[in-house]
Amino acid sequence: MSKRVIIEPVTRVEGHGKVSILLDENNKVTQARFHIVEFRGFERFIQGRPYWEMPVIVQRLCGICPVSHHLAAAKAVDMLVGADKLTPTAEKMRRLMHYGQILQSHALHFFHLCSPDLLFGFDADPKIRNVIGVALKHKDLAVQGVMMRRYGQEIIKATAGKKIHGTGAIPGGINKNLSIAERDTFLKDIKQILEWARGALKIAKDYTVENLEKLKPFGSFDSNHLSLIRQDGAMDLYHGNLRAIDAEGNKIFDQIDSSDYLDYIAEEVKSWSYMKFPFIKSLGPEKGWYRVGPLARVNTCDFIDTPEAEKARQEFMAVTNNKPNNITMAYHWARMLELLHSVEKINELLNDPDLQGNDLVVKGERRNEGIGLLEAPRGTLFHHYKINDDDQVVMANLIVSTTNNNEPMNRAVRQVAADHISGVADITEGLLNHIEVAIRAYDPCLSCATHAMGKMPLKVTLYDEQGNEITSKTKE
Amino acid sequence: MTANNKKILLLGFGNPARADDGLGPAVADSIETKNLPDVVVEADYQLTVEDSAQITEYDIVIFADASANGPEPFSFEPLNARQEGSFSSHSVEPAQVMALAEKLFGSKAKAFMLGVRGYEFNRFDAGLSEKAKANMEKAVDFIADLLKTKNFNKLNKEIACF
Repeated sequence: MSKRVIIEPVTRVEGHGKVSILLDENNKVTQARFHIVEFRGFERFIQGRPYWEMPVIVQRLCGICPVSHHLAAAKAVDMLVGADKLTPTAEKMRRLMHYGQILQSHALHFFHLCSPDLLFGFDADPKIRNVIGVALKHKDLAVQGVMMRRYGQEIIKATAGKKIHGTGAIPGGINKNLSIAERDTFLKDIKQILEWARGALKIAKDYTVENLEKLKPFGSFDSNHLSLIRQDGAMDLYHGNLRAIDAEGNKIFDQIDSSDYLDYIAEEVKSWSYMKFPFIKSLGPEKGWYRVGPLARVNTCDFIDTPEAEKARQEFMAVTNNKPNNITMAYHWARMLELLHSVEKINELLNDPDLQGNDLVVKGERRNEGIGLLEAPRGTLFHHYKINDDDQVVMANLIVSTTNNNEPMNRAVRQVAADHISGVADITEGLLNHIEVAIRAYDPCLSCATHAMGKMPLKVTLYDEQGNEITSKTKE
Repeated sequence: MTANNKKILLLGFGNPARADDGLGPAVADSIETKNLPDVVVEADYQLTVEDSAQITEYDIVIFADASANGPEPFSFEPLNARQEGSFSSHSVEPAQVMALAEKLFGSKAKAFMLGVRGYEFNRFDAGLSEKAKANMEKAVDFIADLLKTKNFNKLNKEIACF
């Protein structure tokens, strides 16, 4: 009799996700899927609302990356109001906000979600393999993680106005500059943050290099990679054109204006998942799926425009002889590389007097369609709106970062399940965690679900081939 | 330090766009309008690790959250730091925040958990259900009185639920 294993939700990722693994009578994996309950209803929820509400209201999508949605929506609204070029102060304030978001998000993922697995091992007792375990055994590291995250959050507060439901980015610009006092507060600590970022990068790099042979096959596969890219080929997390490369580094398309994304990207619907599966149109759904996020961005860019991150990029690329790195677990190294880059960019911006400028907003000729793309912490984020003559949103299409990584996460689950669970009669916590480790490499955010007290159990259920429940375990 | 000059943090958390999940921030908003002395009010979607650093600045911390299956109209009880964090997402639970505050930053703060009973969590709506709103108003009255008198020492588990 075959049986189905369901893990719901996956620990240490957001919202309601579950993994189902179908085993045959010999405990060999015959099918493995990562199901995501995405709240597509949000696109309908915002229809009929005035367009200028978008940068604020879309932050309700997610408690983890509200700033990314805030800025992507603001960029789309810029297009609606004909603001084709922001003032230097507005553009740099938004960039500062964005790099603060990248810093806090990457720091949270590495120290809170990833480091327990790396420091204690995938099979370690979950009672110690968590952030509290890190706090007890590696106190200095835990303090650094918390303080880096807090620094990023404070930058968001200073640029967006507040930590949640920020209002900083407005149609055509920004509603405040950075005061001298705010700037000096951040400058006071930037050297320390830089030092900690270097240390975090070293941990991720050393771990990957020292365990390279073990990590190479872990949930890994050749894939296409997609990201925004600056016109000169530099990594740019705030703005750029689309570039996609294949597993060998050949360009599939390059310097595509984000307004033309629908000519190059399509989404496939599958009956068993609420989340769509995006793909590159010219390659079709079977071969056109791609990865986004830190690994993809480091692979697609020609260089990084900050010195320490660029040196780190060169070391990263040398591991795969300057070909794209397709090792799933290398996401962690790439993420810390971006964390250092973000701190370097924050330092650069804090020393730029444009942040104290008073020219904050531009206006232009109104349009009925706006598209805003951004490299969010987890990958490329698409916001697309159409409005009517009464300024109401009549169409919204959002492709969130985690959706772009849908197929890769499914492939990672299938690969790890086949490698680590097949033939094992007893499904242990450690084995299940191997699957979760592969998913966590992508740092998925499964759209904010409610989290009220008593609503976050981990449920493991076994089903037979006919869908009958064999047994179920719930971990509160 | 006497009871009357203790620094207090009230931290309401939840997603205001998900109906009754917004009870925590709603409590925070309501308490903030009362401008109580020595009381700082914060609201967020969820608790995260850096909240542990902020807690070190306070003597008493009150976490306010929606409760999916707790007593009506609300519960209020002392909260002990819990070191085990066997299950979590990007967010952390109040007990884990307190454990991090204690282990990483030497916090001695006392913590309390306010759980306001909610009923509707699975719809995209910025408004609370009527029953949840009524529960919240009772909880706010209770917390506001407590914050004025600061008689935390009288609280114990026997009077935890209301």
